[in-house]
Amino acid sequence: MERPIRVLVAKPGLDGHDRGAKVIARALRDAGMEVIYTGLRQTPEQIVEAAIQEDVDVVALSILSGAHNTLFPKITKLLKERGAEDILVIGGGVIPEEDIPFLKEHGIAEIFTPGTPTSAVIEYIKANVKRLAKK
Amino acid sequence: MYDEKKLEEIKMKREDWEKNHREKAIAKFPERKEEFKTSSEIEIKPIYTPEDVKGIDYLEKLGFPGEYPYTRGVQPTMYRGRFWTMRQYAGYGTAEESNKRFKYLLEQGQTGLSVAFDLPTQIGYDSDHPMAEGEVGKVGVAIDSLYDMEILFDGIPLDKVSTSMTINAPAAILLAMYIAVAEKQGVSPDKLNGTIQNDILKEYVARGTYIFPTGPSMRLITNIFEYCSKYVPKWNTISISGYHMREAGATAVQEVAFTLANAIAYVDAAIKAGLDVDEFAPRISFFFSAHNDLFEEVAKFRAARRMWAKIMKERFGAKDPRSMMMRFHTQTAGSTLTAQQPDNNIIRVTIQALAAVLGGTQSLHTNSRDEALALPTEDSVRIALRTQQIIAYESGVCDTPDPLAGSYYVEYLTDEIEKRAFEYIKKIDELGGAVKAIDLGYMQREIQESAYRYQMEIESGKRIIVGLNKFQMEEEPPKNLLKVDPQVEIVQREKIKKVKEMRDNARVEKALKALKKAAEGDDNLMPWILDAVREYATLGEITDVLRSVFGEYQQQIIF
Amino acid sequence: MMELEKLLLNRDKRAIARAITYAEDDEEKAREIIRKLYKRSGNAYIVGITGPPGVGKSTLTDRLVKNLVEEGKKIGIIAVDPTSPFTGGSILGDRIRMQDLTTHPNVYIRSMGTRGHLGGLSKGTYMAVRILDIAGMDYVFVETVGVGQSEVDIIKIADTVVMVLAPGLGDDIQAIKAGIMEIADVFVVNKSDREGADKTVLELNMMLDLDMPKEWRPPVVKAVAQEGKGIGEVLEKIHSHKEYLISSGQLEERRKNRIKMEITESVKNKLMKDVFAKMGNEEFDQKIQKVMAKEIDPYTVAEALYRQILERRE
Repeated sequence: MERPIRVLVAKPGLDGHDRGAKVIARALRDAGMEVIYTGLRQTPEQIVEAAIQEDVDVVALSILSGAHNTLFPKITKLLKERGAEDILVIGGGVIPEEDIPFLKEHGIAEIFTPGTPTSAVIEYIKANVKRLAKK
Repeated sequence: MYDEKKLEEIKMKREDWEKNHREKAIAKFPERKEEFKTSSEIEIKPIYTPEDVKGIDYLEKLGFPGEYPYTRGVQPTMYRGRFWTMRQYAGYGTAEESNKRFKYLLEQGQTGLSVAFDLPTQIGYDSDHPMAEGEVGKVGVAIDSLYDMEILFDGIPLDKVSTSMTINAPAAILLAMYIAVAEKQGVSPDKLNGTIQNDILKEYVARGTYIFPTGPSMRLITNIFEYCSKYVPKWNTISISGYHMREAGATAVQEVAFTLANAIAYVDAAIKAGLDVDEFAPRISFFFSAHNDLFEEVAKFRAARRMWAKIMKERFGAKDPRSMMMRFHTQTAGSTLTAQQPDNNIIRVTIQALAAVLGGTQSLHTNSRDEALALPTEDSVRIALRTQQIIAYESGVCDTPDPLAGSYYVEYLTDEIEKRAFEYIKKIDELGGAVKAIDLGYMQREIQESAYRYQMEIESGKRIIVGLNKFQMEEEPPKNLLKVDPQVEIVQREKIKKVKEMRDNARVEKALKALKKAAEGDDNLMPWILDAVREYATLGEITDVLRSVFGEYQQQIIF
Repeated sequence: MMELEKLLLNRDKRAIARAITYAEDDEEKAREIIRKLYKRSGNAYIVGITGPPGVGKSTLTDRLVKNLVEEGKKIGIIAVDPTSPFTGGSILGDRIRMQDLTTHPNVYIRSMGTRGHLGGLSKGTYMAVRILDIAGMDYVFVETVGVGQSEVDIIKIADTVVMVLAPGLGDDIQAIKAGIMEIADVFVVNKSDREGADKTVLELNMMLDLDMPKEWRPPVVKAVAQEGKGIGEVLEKIHSHKEYLISSGQLEERRKNRIKMEITESVKNKLMKDVFAKMGNEEFDQKIQKVMAKEIDPYTVAEALYRQILERRE
């Protein structure tokens, strides 16, 4: 049996707009992935700790508060400190185009802006997950 | 409205038309879609005729503007008298910057203020709290103590403006700060005009800025009802909001149903706390979204008004007509805006604003074209305001109340939405009311289902969004987006430090202790909060005291 | 490999996580770790938390564990949720209710999907519990959805099974009576501040008293986990059940059974893998065609398949 890709869907920051996070969680599930959903108001420390304990392949972050430039790099930095830089980190939400290069420099593999179909996220994950799902 | 004979004739002719005209036409040119449906999955018939409104008793179901059941509007003259209040939600960064934006908007002809607070303020954290990192001043203004509030309204006479504050979990604290600023301006509380959102139930369902569990939250809300009915009588003590549930993915029917179910819970709580329904109900206002489906939206507003009137009269036995009048604020639907081809959003907002006006709104916020990308710039905010002004002054839709009344389609939809929303309310009643339904995750789940369906419709191409899944084009990344200065966090921290040095800390301590004691008992907390605010206790300090007594809410998610 | 084992014994969370992943993915490495470190196992006390959806199992687990870590205990939590049989995916949301424990140094939490395994647990759960045991946890909590007879595997894994219920599930009590009443060692009526709590407690007690007299009569405890009420008492009952198991010799009996079950499960898994491997090929498809054509019956095919596998093994 093929091993499912494990994804942590997390909402850092204080905003409560989890429509996108929930839609993505369902879409990933329907694409056969195991989604660990952690709820609102997660600190970078909590997200990294959960990612490690759940041994996920992907961390998918959703944020609409505008705090992405502060919180996303903190998460990738903590992952690196824990030796978990093989986890694919992606982000989504209201993120201006001009912030994307900065975030990519800081280890966020891809940013999905509003209007991205869930199928694009699924395809991206399948193509880029580092610990490949194997037989 | 029609006699039986006439209806019979219409029916015959319609059937004839369907067979001899419509079907032949379809045989040649099939319709664009297999089935036509509104956002709430109401099936749209090939044609609407008097048959579809035959059950509607005009006097009972529609009546006249300003009269029960208020289907046609809450004032007798509607916009022939006065336009709605044009109110743009604003605020970001520090109190100083927001104060400047407010003054600019007032100069541009805006008639009321609407304050957006940043997330730490909305969740009761001071700007120097670790959870506030990266969030200070981002989605609204940062308010840590009375000191910030004084700056925010500096030079704005509080007896002359009406102020709407989007604040929920710590609403009592921000209202207390507003009252305290007024005191300093020499304005007594009974002169104050405005609204606090104060609708915690929809925070649990959709918006997420909750602090305390449901029980203590409902207590704080009834405390505000009671206090304001005595001392701040012109204040709208709650704005029961469907907007955020709609943004989270609810359909038009769900928006009306869940908003009214929440409203019923608030009225129940206040009556249980010993208040007379006509004492507080006239100060209840509502807040809805205006979405793209123009006719369904107009029908939604009309249905909501009729339902509320009925609920207040029949379920709660209200006597005062003002208790039965649903007054509401509308905001155009932010979730319909696209990051692609952002100028298209101006047209979307226009259609949505038109729906709100045709639906008889009391005030309106029009979104700016760049809101799917960042906070709006001053230019974008001005275009959004001009959109309202053009509808008001140039379109002619304001010259007669409820102009779509009598449209077979709109009346049919109004009835249908009412019917379906009442079915939801019945189900929620069976679950034990809105608070229980929320604790069970019922509304959350229903909304989530709708959100997922909507997304899948877009992805399958069943639903077309111009510029997103059709008529796309290559674009340059947008420029000139508004950036919040990251210095805000530092500035706010320093202000807190300064305030803590300047105030009389022994008096703060005393006020907070007194508040804690009151929270442990059954007292109305408003006077105690006001005391603490006057001593410059910070928002975080006051919230922490309440957290220590009430605990914190835990999110309910069911997939 | 050596490194992973060393880290595992130091309760390094990343090492535990990786070892459990091996177990979940049914990799040889997991068995290798257990083989090498098996001597270290047997010290953890395994508590099963089960019950219908929506009764507050995760919140109760969260509160029980919070109490235990205050005493300095080291705890592993495994939360199992069903995998969709249609897509093979799942949404695992139990961590939402255990957020404060996420960063606690003495707590490790893992969410698992059942991945097609019946009985309420996943295939990897058995080994995951062993790994947490080896890593030196004092307690391992295993949380599963349990609503009927098909979801009683928790009994095979836990020393004490806590059945969580909530008032207002009236009809469900019948289902529980029919199915999983027998497996519970402690009953918790959670959300007992709600209407109907006393009735639920009464009904449970009546049901238990009607049962055949047993050495251990499962106690019924009221709790409001959300507010931390009744948590001490639930822990007390878990402890006294543990004492009963030890003094009556039942603990040894249960653990013996568990070893038996682990061996059976392992054999079953290995065989199933072979069976599935055989079923994927053309030869098998042809046999199906023959069955369809009534040339042969399904049982003869099965028998032949079984013999083939056995022969190859010998």
